[in-house]
Amino acid sequence: MGELRLMKGNEVIAEAAIRCGCDGYFGYPITPQSEIMETLMDREPWNETGMVVLQAESEIASIHMVHGAAGSGKKVMTSSSSPGISLMAEGISYIAGAELPCLIVNVQRGGPGLGTIQPSQADYFQSTKGGGHGDYRLIVLAPSSVQEMNDFVETGFKLAFKYRNPAMILTDGVIGQMMEKVVLADYIPRVTDEEIDRRHGSWVTNGRKPHRERNIITSLEMDSLKMEQNNIRLQDKYAKMEEEDVLFEEVQCEDAEYLLVAFGSSARICQKAVDQCREKGIKVGLLRPITLFPFPKKPIAALAKQVKGMLVVEMNAGQMVEDVQLAAGCMIPVKHFGRMGGIIPSPAEVVEALEQKLIGG
Amino acid sequence: MAKVIGAVVVDNEECKGCGLCVVACPQDVLSQNKQVNGRGYHYSFMKNPEACIGCSNCATVCPDSCIVVYRVKIQEVRNEPVLVS
Amino acid sequence: MNLADIINPNNLVYEKPKLLTENTMHYCPGCSHGVVHKLLAEVILDLDIQEKTIGVSPVGCAVFAYNYIEIDWQEAAHGRAPAVATGIARCNPDKVVFTYQGDGDLASIGTAEILHACNRGENMVVIFVNNGIYGMTGGQMAPTTLLGQVTATTPNGRDAGRNGYPLKITELIAQLPGTSYVTRQSVHTPASIRKCKKAISKAFQAAIDKKGTSFVEVVSTCNMNWKMSPVKSNEWMVDNMFPFYQPGDLKDSTKADPASYTPLKN
Ligand SMILES: Cc1ncc(C[n+]2csc(CCOP(=O)(O)OP(=O)(O)O)c2C)c(N)n1
Ligand code: SF4
Ligand code: SF4
Ligand code: SF4
Ligand SMILES: [Mg+2]
Repeated sequence: MGELRLMKGNEVIAEAAIRCGCDGYFGYPITPQSEIMETLMDREPWNETGMVVLQAESEIASIHMVHGAAGSGKKVMTSSSSPGISLMAEGISYIAGAELPCLIVNVQRGGPGLGTIQPSQADYFQSTKGGGHGDYRLIVLAPSSVQEMNDFVETGFKLAFKYRNPAMILTDGVIGQMMEKVVLADYIPRVTDEEIDRRHGSWVTNGRKPHRERNIITSLEMDSLKMEQNNIRLQDKYAKMEEEDVLFEEVQCEDAEYLLVAFGSSARICQKAVDQCREKGIKVGLLRPITLFPFPKKPIAALAKQVKGMLVVEMNAGQMVEDVQLAAGCMIPVKHFGRMGGIIPSPAEVVEALEQKLIGG
Repeated sequence: MAKVIGAVVVDNEECKGCGLCVVACPQDVLSQNKQVNGRGYHYSFMKNPEACIGCSNCATVCPDSCIVVYRVKIQEVRNEPVLVS
Repeated sequence: MNLADIINPNNLVYEKPKLLTENTMHYCPGCSHGVVHKLLAEVILDLDIQEKTIGVSPVGCAVFAYNYIEIDWQEAAHGRAPAVATGIARCNPDKVVFTYQGDGDLASIGTAEILHACNRGENMVVIFVNNGIYGMTGGQMAPTTLLGQVTATTPNGRDAGRNGYPLKITELIAQLPGTSYVTRQSVHTPASIRKCKKAISKAFQAAIDKKGTSFVEVVSTCNMNWKMSPVKSNEWMVDNMFPFYQPGDLKDSTKADPASYTPLKN
């Protein structure tokens, strides 16, 4: 069994990367996630597993380094916080277009602009709806504990390789900076070059081999009919994700009359709010989307037939609420409660908002 | 006395008629055809084949790699060329 | 002796490099890119590294370079080829990685990526085709456009006050400790082409020997957007580009004592 430790969320990302056999990390410092690269540099994984860790000149360079290394079939990642992810949008679009696997960690802070270094969930749209140009999607995982920060590194890579698509861990400064107990994963050896050739020989650019045609990785296609086919292939892939890889958690939903919907750190607050509501005699449940894309539409649609109203709690001005409204399909009121600018709502505020917006109103 | 003679073969359909080979030839062997190829280019040809020394200059400068060069050394014995290599 | 006797496989002295594909290049007639591609194909085959070489193509007219040389290729975003190559090279230290970039790609939008890759001494080759213009997008001013040079965005000639000065990025790169070989070549005559091939070969040998970054600028023409014939373009290049972008080696420490050299740590 894995080792039990008390660690910060950001440190755990680094530790999990080393242990899951990650081949390379490329990044650029930005608060509140710099501990990820600092931990890696301190751990010197190049001595232990051979993992490459490189501080790049910018987030633009970081993501394109990931682009290159991912093209050679390696298990590679980067991390940043909101303004840095904006700079990566170009590279993310290219990686999605070229259908390469990689992991991107976004420890969100408040925006727009330079905003604040305090936590936020205002990059929901950016990460689930595209962010860069073109019709593409990321696989987006939203951890709500330090344990999930650990677990989702390997889950993210697994899904990224399953679909040859970039995966993102969308977290925030709360979970990045928080210390919690965590059971670390066991070490998985890095994949050898021979194994990469065996598994991914049909697409990797790691040197043409005598037994295979040369490979070309590109997102460019000048023939519109072919380019449309490429887009259709991407859309089919995203549809498959929605069929096979939706993750969510339900808390006390069986008898719920009202539903809170929240992801990441907001979901932790909502969990307390559920308890407080139940103490008051209000039957409230919580649905926590774990994959923000693919989005748990079906469980929300099912609960829309059961509950009298939903309150979507986010640390933003109202982003995921649009997806919940779509999934609930106008059958019941779906309201939003959020704080912005780096303010974390309290459970009491959530209870009050629920009473005002759904029960009293 | 040994003498080299050469010859070039231009891929008429691949030639884009850029004229770079024409000026690169030290022997004034090549010229651009008045006729055009299937893609509308005035392809290069040996207007003066006897002068070719097989130096490969024309092929070296060709951006589209459409010239192949051949060369032989001959010994002139009583005006009868004899192949030596 | 007639032609048929000469045109015989035994007498073959020059043919299309074996590593070039059958695809007809999309370049304009007389474009320098074709000559540089040919040299790359020859060098990669001469050094027998076609199974461990990965090319990174740019955004620019050479975006389709991957269609022409029989090796693995990855296509980068505009200016980001050095970062893409860094990722490949760092994670595959035994491979030979090169970028192929135009002047807009390398010296404008990708300035940060090229300078930092060279400064870190990434083990790779950079082929920099400087034609002083944005070829692909229809002949706008490039960072390397000469003062007075007419382009689509400098219709009255590049004016230092309005447009800034042409950038000698190769001179900057030669100063960076991560580069081992920095040279400026051209491909306008048979002799210059043979010289350029030697330079490219030396650059690839340096990458095989893990000597950091080697950088080969090829001062080139874009006859289409210069609006001259290919032959005239070469003359214009010699008369106007060479005085500012002087051909020759800017730096060569490939022979330096290995003890004095700090190899890249992976
Ligand atoms: C981000 C981005 N900005 C702009 C462009 C448009 N664009 C394509 S090629 C190019 C310039 C290429 O010039 P250069 O690098 O000199 O290459 P050349 O075509 O001259 O060989 C530009 C601006 C793009 N593709 N991507
Ligand atoms: S081989 Fe030399 S002499 Fe013959 S055509 Fe070519 S350039 Fe001219
Ligand atoms: S250099 Fe090549 S493409 Fe140009 S005219 Fe000569 S043979 Fe044709
Ligand atoms: S536009 Fe210029 S650089 Fe591009 S292919 Fe034509 S001549 Fe070459
Ligand atoms: Mg250019």
